[in-house]
Amino acid sequence: MRAFSAIVTREVALALRGGGDVLTLVLFFIITGAIVPFAVGPDKALLATIAPGIIWIAAFLAMLLGLDRLFRPDHEDGTLILLRHADLPLSAIIAAKVIAHWLLTALPLILASPILAVLLAMDLSSFWRMLLSLLLGTPALAAFGAIGAAVTVAIRRGGLIAPILIAPLSMPVLIFGTGAISATQSNAALLFLAALSLMAIALAPFAAALAISSAED
Amino acid sequence: MTIQTTPKQSWWSRIAHPGQFVARTRPLLWPLTILTALLFVVGLWFALFNSPQDYQMGDTVRIMYVHVPTARLSQFVYAVMAVSALGSLVWRHPMADVAMKAAAPPGATFTALALFTGSLWGRPTRGTFWEWDGRMTSTPVLLFIYLGIIALWRAFDDQLRAARVIAVFTLVGAVNIPIIKFSVDWWSTLHQPASVFRADGPRMPGSILTPLFVMFFAFTFLFPVLHLKAMHTEVSRRRVMALERQAAQGAKS
Repeated sequence: MRAFSAIVTREVALALRGGGDVLTLVLFFIITGAIVPFAVGPDKALLATIAPGIIWIAAFLAMLLGLDRLFRPDHEDGTLILLRHADLPLSAIIAAKVIAHWLLTALPLILASPILAVLLAMDLSSFWRMLLSLLLGTPALAAFGAIGAAVTVAIRRGGLIAPILIAPLSMPVLIFGTGAISATQSNAALLFLAALSLMAIALAPFAAALAISSAED
Repeated sequence: MTIQTTPKQSWWSRIAHPGQFVARTRPLLWPLTILTALLFVVGLWFALFNSPQDYQMGDTVRIMYVHVPTARLSQFVYAVMAVSALGSLVWRHPMADVAMKAAAPPGATFTALALFTGSLWGRPTRGTFWEWDGRMTSTPVLLFIYLGIIALWRAFDDQLRAARVIAVFTLVGAVNIPIIKFSVDWWSTLHQPASVFRADGPRMPGSILTPLFVMFFAFTFLFPVLHLKAMHTEVSRRRVMALERQAAQGAKS
């Protein structure tokens, strides 16, 4: 458990010390959302209806953008090989990295989402529900992202392929995520979202570990 | 008359040798091709000339004879890929790698054909090329997964290493596809009532069922033909690459 938390702290410390990566992602998230009114026009009623979808898409894109730093730096400087020989199993290490990844990409986005909610004229009740759906759904996105990053880590220019692989797999998350915000059946969607996140977090580290260890040897 | 000295192997491990595999399956290729061609001739004759028009859809009902078999195959080919992925991960069977790689392009083609014919069929009968209906929405997702897998194969330099990584991803996809299917169904029933498809489903007359079945078998046999040929090509490609590598090493030393 100490090794597990050490890896989480290491990832967080590296990202926070390494400059504005986290802030860049948040900026990307907000700009993506803020572009939409320019594209569809400043009609407040229209914006309010499509706001949940826009915020989910912005969060989804921002998380895809951050995928490449999950394993690639460690692969390039050889840390990944060392981690494979650690006492802690590789899947546990990957679980720790997924948690750190969620803390570094999803949590800042969720904290920044009120800004977008104001810009897109969301009302308070749907904002709370969106916040809840983001909290429940982004772990699944992080877990799926870990599989994509692990599969492409051995490819030199794999950064472009991982989003293509992950996007179709993440479709249920988006469906239930935006479904949770619409008025009907929102509770069922939230429960499905939570189930999806739990399942993805439980299984993805094993799949990612398998992919990494078969890509390395 | 030679005396057998090696222990007798099962067919499973015998075909693990690429040369043995090609030698054993090449005799199958021509009969299968001829059978497929015959089935297509008979099926197309039934489908185009010897089946009635639908009383509502007219001649466009004939699109069904391509659409239904390809849509079935799009899922079947993924199952073939998933089983090969299992074979590649669990038994490290060399030909499972090749089978997995060779199945992806035909699978993507069948899926694309099913989508294309479906939208061609939908335009005159339902008045739209595309509708976000549950059954239709999960098919492009399947196509995206196929295309992602093909892109992954092309991105790797080392095909042996690629095989195991892609096997992992294929199995992840196999777990995920039912979830996607379920979520899409849930989503589309949320957005619109399931009234797009007319309920003339299984109550088809025999005159339509006969060409449908023949075309179904024709496409079902087309897949092994394409698959086997692609596997043989892949074996040859790997052999050429190995020879090139040997030649390069020989030139260096």
